[in-house]
Amino acid sequence: MNEIRRKLLKTTMGLGALLTTIGAGLLIPQRALAAYMAEAFATKDVSTALIAALGSDSHTPSDAIKLKAPDIAENGAVVPVTVSSTLPNVESIAIIASANQFPLTSTYRLSSMSVVFISTRIKMGESAKVLAVVKSDGKLYSATKEVKVIIGGCGG
Amino acid sequence: MASIKIRAKSKDGVTTVKTLMSHPMETGLRKDESGKLIPAHHITEVTAEYNGNVVMSANWSGAISNNPYLSFKFKGGASGEKVKITWVDNKGEGDSLEVAIK
Repeated sequence: MNEIRRKLLKTTMGLGALLTTIGAGLLIPQRALAAYMAEAFATKDVSTALIAALGSDSHTPSDAIKLKAPDIAENGAVVPVTVSSTLPNVESIAIIASANQFPLTSTYRLSSMSVVFISTRIKMGESAKVLAVVKSDGKLYSATKEVKVIIGGCGG
Repeated sequence: MASIKIRAKSKDGVTTVKTLMSHPMETGLRKDESGKLIPAHHITEVTAEYNGNVVMSANWSGAISNNPYLSFKFKGGASGEKVKITWVDNKGEGDSLEVAIK
């Protein structure tokens, strides 16, 4: 009886330790990555967000970026935004709603296989310029689109 | 509980992936009826893999609409090959789904 109990205890403890190890191993890199991006997402300033997310805040307007967003968004909680570009060697894309309390909505890291195309839906607190910044060959290029929001979508 | 829907279609050497995730995407700025802030709960990372290689990854704030939609494209991909989407949120929860390209 005792023998079985001891064995059971040993096995359970071993399993516990193993799970803890796996858990720690999986969680650390995720936390590190989240912490890194948290800085870019937690700022109220577009320049600071761009520096944290893409390494610089100086960007050149480019006709090679197509930013599709509605002229008027009736509901700021769902604003469809599509970014595409013919620029070469695109590493990353950032989508910014400039008047949001926290302007950086999202960033995308592309690969050598990617076609430069991202489509999603963002929330906008009020009418503002949507800014798409594309990092191509290490430089930043941008496109903007004014979106008029009828009902803000960030709640308050 | 499947929280992800994926449609991947290959045409003229380019695969277009459209995906929908079900998630509340709380910003952490909204208040409930009693005036208390609703804690942030949103997807922070989305990863897309094709044949085991990451083709696109996204970092999101709570400013992505709830039940997020995301579409992207990559070169290559043939009918029957696999595309996998994984998401993780700020509470460490996540989900993942693999589908065949059409």
